[in-house]
Amino acid sequence: MSTVFIPTVLRPSVGGVKSLELGGSTVGDLVTALLERHPGLGGQLLTPDGELNRFVNVYVNGQDVRYLDGLSTPVEERDEVRLLPAMAGG
Amino acid sequence: MTKSYADLLREAKASIREVNAAEAERLRADGVTFIDVRETVEWEQGYIPGALHVGRSYLEQQIEAAVPDRDAPIVLYCAGGVRSAFAAQTLRELGYADPISMAGGFQSWKAAGLPWKAPVVLSKAQQQRYSRHLLIPEVGTTGQAKLLDSKVLLIGAGGLGSPAALYLAAAGVGTIGIVDFDVVDASNLQRQVLHTTDRVGEKKVESARKTISALNPDVKVMAIEEMLVGDNVERIIAGYDVILDGTDTFETRYLLNDAAVAAGIPVVHASVFRFEGQLTTFIPYHGPCYRCLYPTPPPPELAPGCSVAGVLGVVPGIMGLLQANEVLKVLLGIGTTLAGRLLLFDALEAEFTELTLRRDPNCPVCSDEARAARERGDAPAMSAFPADAPFVLAGAGFGGPAIGIARGTALDAGSGTALGSTLGGSSARTPEAHA
Repeated sequence: MSTVFIPTVLRPSVGGVKSLELGGSTVGDLVTALLERHPGLGGQLLTPDGELNRFVNVYVNGQDVRYLDGLSTPVEERDEVRLLPAMAGG
Repeated sequence: MTKSYADLLREAKASIREVNAAEAERLRADGVTFIDVRETVEWEQGYIPGALHVGRSYLEQQIEAAVPDRDAPIVLYCAGGVRSAFAAQTLRELGYADPISMAGGFQSWKAAGLPWKAPVVLSKAQQQRYSRHLLIPEVGTTGQAKLLDSKVLLIGAGGLGSPAALYLAAAGVGTIGIVDFDVVDASNLQRQVLHTTDRVGEKKVESARKTISALNPDVKVMAIEEMLVGDNVERIIAGYDVILDGTDTFETRYLLNDAAVAAGIPVVHASVFRFEGQLTTFIPYHGPCYRCLYPTPPPPELAPGCSVAGVLGVVPGIMGLLQANEVLKVLLGIGTTLAGRLLLFDALEAEFTELTLRRDPNCPVCSDEARAARERGDAPAMSAFPADAPFVLAGAGFGGPAIGIARGTALDAGSGTALGSTLGGSSARTPEAHA
């Protein structure tokens, strides 16, 4: 299982939790597992074509998956996956 | 046999290399370290730019800290070339491979018309005020003088800008520009500590000026009561050493990013949301820029500002001070900045998390290609921007032909070919996300 951290703005869509333990061998698997449990997140995370939305950054153990393999980036047990949208507040 | 002074000097000179002022200047151009071994009172009258001051009487004690590399050549100078010859001999004994004494010293350097400058001498009052900085070797008089000579631009005198302004002013940053077009509102006072209850309704830049001037009269406050837009961003940021981004809209953040990269000015960035903050430092071409980090902003419902979502007052306080810390490091040239790292802060968990950021090789603003085009005087092509790239600014060194934008207005882009070209105005391709 990997830990997927949910940013505050998306927590209402996942029942208010900060993180979820999800199984899968790639980032895409984790996203699929996440959306199965919380379908309301779909429009926020993915484009209609099933790609990651460009305004949500995804990091695996602190590394941006855009510079790894995107949704195909492999994940292992106990990896930390973080969804991170930009914030504007100042 | 008793040795005379002349004997000692001859021996010293025989054991080391001497160069004249012109040769020394060539070594300086090659980046060779210069050590001024004169007394402090002499140093204060003027010195060779870039030289380190290690008085002859402290040479043995301090040289290893000042110049750890024993293999590199070192040019030593004094007033006339005698003390530096003895100093060079001492460095030889300490195992330095190539200590060089400048014959004729600072006198012949000046006589040859070579560059020199007078150090900033702190007043008695300044020595007292900044004494805790002066005690730190990494700051000292030289660092404090740098701060007093520095110009920092704060975009926004709000939640992030307030604590940063207070501490940068206290630290003696000599010029602080503040861009804000807003007035103080009672709801600001929960976190915007520059302002006070009796100033509700007053312009924020004026309130900021009062607070800063009362705190430290050394600081010159430039109050810029304008909204940062495409037409003025290049003019407003010109001449500043570092910019602190404390705005609350995506539009301003992208505008600022693009103009700051084109102008080569580092931007210390932070943003906050309820209990959380994000922080990084963008140093043009030495790390990613804001567009590398976030190619496009989220839709407004995913990024509400503080006025909609709320924020715990200490969160911008903490993030603003971390920004001030980054600014001071950039100004002083010490430590390691957050360039290439995004620091996340979670106040509820009291937790910091660090993520690695990368320069996007295809970034329309800061890629090698965009930089080369900018340096050639060409504008990087607008076509380099992805179709969903937000807030693309024509001009700012990467303009190009007028483009259609979502709001349906075509930009009146000027020639847009060179850094310094007239800005064509800002264009928002996505709705603003005002906080």
